[in-house]
Amino acid sequence: MTDHREHSGEPEGFVGRSMPRVEDDRLVRGAGRFVADLHVADALEVAFLRSTYAHARIVRLDTSAARAMPGVVAVYEPSDVVDRIKPLVNAEEMRVPPGIAELGPINKVQPAPILAGDEVSYVGQPVIMVIAESRYLAEDAIELIDIDYEELPAVVDLQEAAAPGAPLVLCGEEDNIGVHVRHGKGDAAKAIADAPVVVHETFSTQRYVCAPIETRGLLAQKDPFSGGLTVWSTTQTPHRVRDHIAESIGLRVDDVRVQSVDVGGGFGQKGILIVEELLIPFAAHDLVRPVRWIADRYENLTADAHAREQIHHITVAADNEGHLVAVHDRILVNLGARNMVGLVVPYNALCHLLGPYHVDNVDIETTGVLTNTTFTSPYRGAGRPEATFAMERAIDTVAAALGMEPAEVRRRNLIGPEQMPYRTGMLDRRGLPQEYDSGDYPEMLERAVAMIDLPAVREKQSLPGVDGRLIGVGFAMYLEMTGLGPFEGARVDVTPSGRVRLYTGAPSQGQGHRTVFAQILADALGVDITDVDVVAGDTATIPYGVGTIASRALVTAGNATRQAGELLRQRILDAAADAMESSAADLELTGGMISVVGSPTKSMSLAELIRAVPKLIGGDGSDGLSETSYFQPPNYATASGVHAVVVAVDPETGRVEIVDYVVVHEAGRIVNPMIADAQVVGGVGQGIGGILCEHMVYDGNGQPVTSTFADYAMPLASMVPDIRLDEIVCPSPTNPMGVKGLGEGGAVGPPAAVANAVEDALRRAGHADVTIRTGPLTPSRVLDLVAPQS
Amino acid sequence: MTESSNRTTPVRRVSSPPAAESTARHNITVDINGETIEAEVESRLLLTDFLRDRVYLTGTHIGCEQGSCGACTVLLDGLPVRSCLMLAPQVDGRSVRTVEGLAAPDGALSPMQQAFCDHHGLQCGFCTPGFLMTLTSLAERETPVTLNELDHHLDSSFCRCTGYMNIRAAARHALGLAHVEGKPAQGDGT
Repeated sequence: MTDHREHSGEPEGFVGRSMPRVEDDRLVRGAGRFVADLHVADALEVAFLRSTYAHARIVRLDTSAARAMPGVVAVYEPSDVVDRIKPLVNAEEMRVPPGIAELGPINKVQPAPILAGDEVSYVGQPVIMVIAESRYLAEDAIELIDIDYEELPAVVDLQEAAAPGAPLVLCGEEDNIGVHVRHGKGDAAKAIADAPVVVHETFSTQRYVCAPIETRGLLAQKDPFSGGLTVWSTTQTPHRVRDHIAESIGLRVDDVRVQSVDVGGGFGQKGILIVEELLIPFAAHDLVRPVRWIADRYENLTADAHAREQIHHITVAADNEGHLVAVHDRILVNLGARNMVGLVVPYNALCHLLGPYHVDNVDIETTGVLTNTTFTSPYRGAGRPEATFAMERAIDTVAAALGMEPAEVRRRNLIGPEQMPYRTGMLDRRGLPQEYDSGDYPEMLERAVAMIDLPAVREKQSLPGVDGRLIGVGFAMYLEMTGLGPFEGARVDVTPSGRVRLYTGAPSQGQGHRTVFAQILADALGVDITDVDVVAGDTATIPYGVGTIASRALVTAGNATRQAGELLRQRILDAAADAMESSAADLELTGGMISVVGSPTKSMSLAELIRAVPKLIGGDGSDGLSETSYFQPPNYATASGVHAVVVAVDPETGRVEIVDYVVVHEAGRIVNPMIADAQVVGGVGQGIGGILCEHMVYDGNGQPVTSTFADYAMPLASMVPDIRLDEIVCPSPTNPMGVKGLGEGGAVGPPAAVANAVEDALRRAGHADVTIRTGPLTPSRVLDLVAPQS
Repeated sequence: MTESSNRTTPVRRVSSPPAAESTARHNITVDINGETIEAEVESRLLLTDFLRDRVYLTGTHIGCEQGSCGACTVLLDGLPVRSCLMLAPQVDGRSVRTVEGLAAPDGALSPMQQAFCDHHGLQCGFCTPGFLMTLTSLAERETPVTLNELDHHLDSSFCRCTGYMNIRAAARHALGLAHVEGKPAQGDGT
């Protein structure tokens, strides 16, 4: 059950309403158009020969039988592309802002070879690309390739890879360190030395895969007229993909068009570029044939980005009343075989570790370490769930040391609403002073404690259980600096049919942009929502864009849409003033009709206006009804949340059941409550999967073990209960709409909250020494936790 | 099952395997959403690929090709099957229903489709056809569905976006289970 919001009356416009989604009708009919659904005549299909070794040299390669196979159109070996496609660097993610540069970070640029040259550095790395008349035939041809490897020492374990003298993940590098930065404030060492309560623990997050149900894919076609390339893609960042394709294969940016069509979930995995996204357009360009590649699930799980694996050696010091005085953390982040996204995840973990708490003395060092495993990317939360797991587990450890209620320890350390905007004294990801713009953390916590009914749970724990299951309660608090810049744009046009069309660079992977942006534009303009069409993620329709990552689309594209809508509204009124021989100040636009204020009979529709505009005499040369506007957020909009969960642990089977789950969150003004709630709940579902079952496992030789959905355990409906939600609203002062991003937040809290609850259940049942240091809390791991120590 | 029309439906012939395809070929006739389809198919052609790439019914999605995720679920003679675990020659003479066959001939959404829209039961929509087909098999059968059965069937597919909550709500409404009390959480002690 969702607890209903306290509405302060019905909103006047579309913004603030739970409008049904524009997207749904075609999707429930099976009429969506995902990349794999696009049929282009004579399209060729691709299969890759991928490395079967974690680290090896390729000593022999013979593709002659594959090339000779009927149905095979082309075979590309590393030597065929090395001089024709530039190696891949996710340049935007690799950037180090000046303020961060002053911290003296390490951020090694390690371009990814398009096809592995002499050296392969993880299982799944593409070595040969085969292009054939069908995927079946392409895979047949892969079987005909002879390849011999000479194995090199591989290192898979994160701690081992970070140790001095570890085997080198990449030949030619000095060590396995890809990223390093240390940042803090105050004097953590002294504060820890002086504090009466000090806890030191290691809390780790295991390796996950984003695993959207639609894998990554793309279809590229050379335009028979212009000669340019059109690429239909699952990407979250179409403009970046466009720029990279053009740069790496030597085309003008203007000659590459990238369109994200219907996309089946992204979660970060589709937010960074991988070499396949350059190879497919290259092949289409080279062969002058349409070429399509859709990753299969094996490729998705083993050869597309992994995420989350971090180790936190964390020390937290407190006074005897539970006030935190110092946080010291040594973070190791598993980057995989290359530094693909630089500081993004390591620094996100660093600058979100403190969360909603005031701490004077801080020393955090974060190190991105290479291992002979698949490269990693941000995944929904991007460093925050991992940092939150460490910090929130540490707070429970402090509470245990003091014999205090964990929620009370939290309460005593929260930054208050009266302190907003709050400067942490640290640098944010842009290298600027980190400032939380708005929020009310104590209020959220109070509501969560009340909703989960903490006293009732404690009382229940003191009574003998009915079925032997152990009850536990856990909390987690976090915040998320959303609305990542530098910009997003919106172009709004009145179309020849009198409808309104919005073009923006931020596509949807399921978040409902066609509905939400239409709500915003309809209000800004004064038209009905059914008169608005949204085209998101087509680079031919707006020249610049960033994309849908980092909980940024609503803040950046939403505000750009509103700005462009307001500009267009004025333009419409000015044009109508000419057409209606009136003054723009006397006109209004409502429900798609322009009328003279006070005499509604004198009116014209947008369709009539757009037909009249080019025919007006004496125009100023800019009469087209179109406006483009870019929004550049001045600061992050900081969203926040509290998760509270009650679990029941079966000590016989080790099974953890989530009995009750409460989220109180704050994400500024809400445009579509139905969609916003569902974004939170969806994130919680992913987070529950993460803490209860998901784990991308490698064996000691670097072979991926969980390479199918039979092995990589995804959360099922029966694992995720109905989530109870509440929300407070602290409009963000960083943007005119007062909105914040909330796409990621739901996924940040569950690992910490559930682990805290399970540990609470076990400890109160007499397993006083149990400490949960990592996930997933599968039945066998829970049984291990409660097994008598040998 | 779709009701058979009184009109004689024309037989549609769809495209054949690529010339280079080496596996044996079979001629099949299959009823798909009430239409008779004739095709020459290769032995190894997955039913999913047959539906998507030869019949152009792309609403049946491929999520894993391993029988795990359920996105490719279709109804075969009225019962849900993973179309990624079947070969096209196996459906010769049988009846296949896909998500494209759920809406009424006049375009009205089926009650299950409508419930997914009403309850925000989809986000990206990629897994949705699989859920719709599984749940439609429950909705259209004669014996009543229990909550336990529903929960069991919901566990047959993966959704990565919704956290399942709104899918469950949509299914309960469409199956008339919205007001049935859920079983208490096992041994909840209350």
